[in-house]
Amino acid sequence: MVTTTPDKDPVTDAKEPAQRSESANPTNQQATPPSNKPGGGVPVQATPVGATTGAPAELPPSSVAGRGMFGSSGSGDTSGFGGLVRRRVGGGGSERPYGSYFDEVYDALDEAFPGLDDAIEKVVVDRGELTLHVKPERIAEVCRTMRDDESLRFELCSSVSAVDYLGADERRLHVAYHLASMTYRRRVRLEVAVGVEHPHVPSVTQVYPTADWQERETYDMFGVIFDGHPALTRILMPDDWEGHPQRKDYPLGGVPVEYKGAEIPAPDRRRSYQ
Amino acid sequence: MTNPSYAPERETSEGKIFTVTGGDWDTVVSGTDPVSDERIIVNMGPQHPSTHGVLRLVLELEGETVRDLRSVVGYLHTGIEKSIEYRNWVQGTTFVTRMDYLAPIFNETAYSLAVEKLLGIEDEITERATTIRVLMMELNRISSHLVWLATTGMELGAISIMLYGFREREYILEIFEMVSGLRMNMAYVRPGGVAQDVPDSAVVKIREFLTMMPKRLKEYEDLLSGQPIWTQRTQGVAVLDVTACVSLGVTGPVLRSAGLPWDLRKTMPYCGYDTYEFDVPTSTDADVWGRYQVRLAEIRESLKLIEQALDRLRPGPVMVRDKKIAWPAQLAIGTDGLGNSLEHVAKIMGQSMESLIHHFKLVTEGFRVPPGQVYVAIEGPRGELGAHAVSDGGTRPYRVHFREPSFVNLQALPAMAEGGMIADVIAGGASLDPVMGGCDR
Repeated sequence: MVTTTPDKDPVTDAKEPAQRSESANPTNQQATPPSNKPGGGVPVQATPVGATTGAPAELPPSSVAGRGMFGSSGSGDTSGFGGLVRRRVGGGGSERPYGSYFDEVYDALDEAFPGLDDAIEKVVVDRGELTLHVKPERIAEVCRTMRDDESLRFELCSSVSAVDYLGADERRLHVAYHLASMTYRRRVRLEVAVGVEHPHVPSVTQVYPTADWQERETYDMFGVIFDGHPALTRILMPDDWEGHPQRKDYPLGGVPVEYKGAEIPAPDRRRSYQ
Repeated sequence: MTNPSYAPERETSEGKIFTVTGGDWDTVVSGTDPVSDERIIVNMGPQHPSTHGVLRLVLELEGETVRDLRSVVGYLHTGIEKSIEYRNWVQGTTFVTRMDYLAPIFNETAYSLAVEKLLGIEDEITERATTIRVLMMELNRISSHLVWLATTGMELGAISIMLYGFREREYILEIFEMVSGLRMNMAYVRPGGVAQDVPDSAVVKIREFLTMMPKRLKEYEDLLSGQPIWTQRTQGVAVLDVTACVSLGVTGPVLRSAGLPWDLRKTMPYCGYDTYEFDVPTSTDADVWGRYQVRLAEIRESLKLIEQALDRLRPGPVMVRDKKIAWPAQLAIGTDGLGNSLEHVAKIMGQSMESLIHHFKLVTEGFRVPPGQVYVAIEGPRGELGAHAVSDGGTRPYRVHFREPSFVNLQALPAMAEGGMIADVIAGGASLDPVMGGCDR
């Protein structure tokens, strides 16, 4: 097993590993992990905290160890499946022209927002959706311009949530803002990426009051800290909960059940195919 | 000690001595603020008949006036979004259907549309499958609005409408059972189409429903619209104008009752809604009365849509041709529910090794979805229901987040209720139509 530094958040998850195995996943302690070599011995950049099973929590499909098929190693595999390497899409942005109304939106934003090139990391157009990757510290200003400018008019902030790209991105927590323009009937996704060591993003509640609860949910589930939020507390989990459940290194937990004489393991202990 | 409210003290050789004497009552009374002392904190819920499930409201009251309201949610959080990440893409349907349990078809459709967009097979969805989706969604919209009418009526003291609302909803649930086999949480709409075809008997029953419902709607209006208690409890109560709605993210009938005709079926059409003829009812009252009128009118529009959808039902497949995506829909009905098709078992066990391998791979792994992320929003009974689905290229959803209108709309409750009477908190909260299963997920 490759020893690496645990990928954890010193700010919010100080006591996490011990607490987690007690409260969130009691079965973790007794059972032996199916494989003690995550990724079949392929070096993993970061060993996630608290995950000791062969579940995706330990080895998310997007990790650098996207290799092999059955998570097995040392078995004298002659099938060749163990050597398969999963291809991942490159992180590059899209090139002009973006197509559809996307060029118009970008140009309007460029005109209304001075120094846009410094604020935008990349522009991705995929499956008919425009994603602007914004630098975390600029997101509130960009949102204000998106809402107020005559030719943009994204009045409605539909959704704020996050995705944890553990192993695929150094700044693994990506917060996604889905904005909708009721005037022009358009949608745009803004995305910011932060690492777990410093998960700070300016709050957009001053621009979109509706982001209040959604930022609280994102904090609750991912531990992203929204600076300037009026009351950033947990919303779905109990106030004294430890850890952030939607992170990929947070185990699902569960107990095995018996069905027609056979024991079905808990969902996060079942064999996973990648 | 300088605090005048403590008894005076002096040091002696035996320690501190306190001199306690009677004080003047007036000085005691003048030390308190009569206004703030009349404020009391009341917990409403999480188990309260008028909070639509396990919603807790912390109210700061001054007499009967609400000065401060804070809603506490999360009592029904079941980690659906986390659990989905450990199941395959098809199994995800069975999870999302349990989010907003009054609108299961909408959850399934939003999820399926998102998965289909990720797969890039939107164009391959058969016309019949899309029409069935529209049909089922509109039936579901009516059943959801009927529950709203029933529960709101009950909360405002009109018990009869509760009985009537649930009676008609029962009729729709029976249609759901005929079509999908289940009354609620059907997992009927799946990525690629729908689980099974609509039987002819269900079409007959839907036609009966179409002739029955307009009369019943008239009955509801006769019961409620002219009734003085109903009008006084709803008119001018819990007002929220367009600006407040948009800034707080409130969509659906509440936004339309404020006067903005924002309905995703019209403004950003999906499932071919742009080819149907229907209107978007609005009101300018922006109060509970307006929302009541908008919802009743929406039931009428849904009836129109159902009729058009029934007329469009042409025989044809209800699943995409790709067998890998369609696999679970090929199961036959066994004696103990959904089971294997004997024909299929005979083929994989007796005739074709390749079929057996494919069967094994499909059942244990599921199909792969190309990496990427999509956001699909549809018009649910409560507002914009959005599904943000992320795939990493594997057989399991990497992340699925639902933009639940119940969750977002509930934020508006303090804006509606603060400064009003405590009884209007019930009317205002009910007019948002929150479903806590959807709110907390």
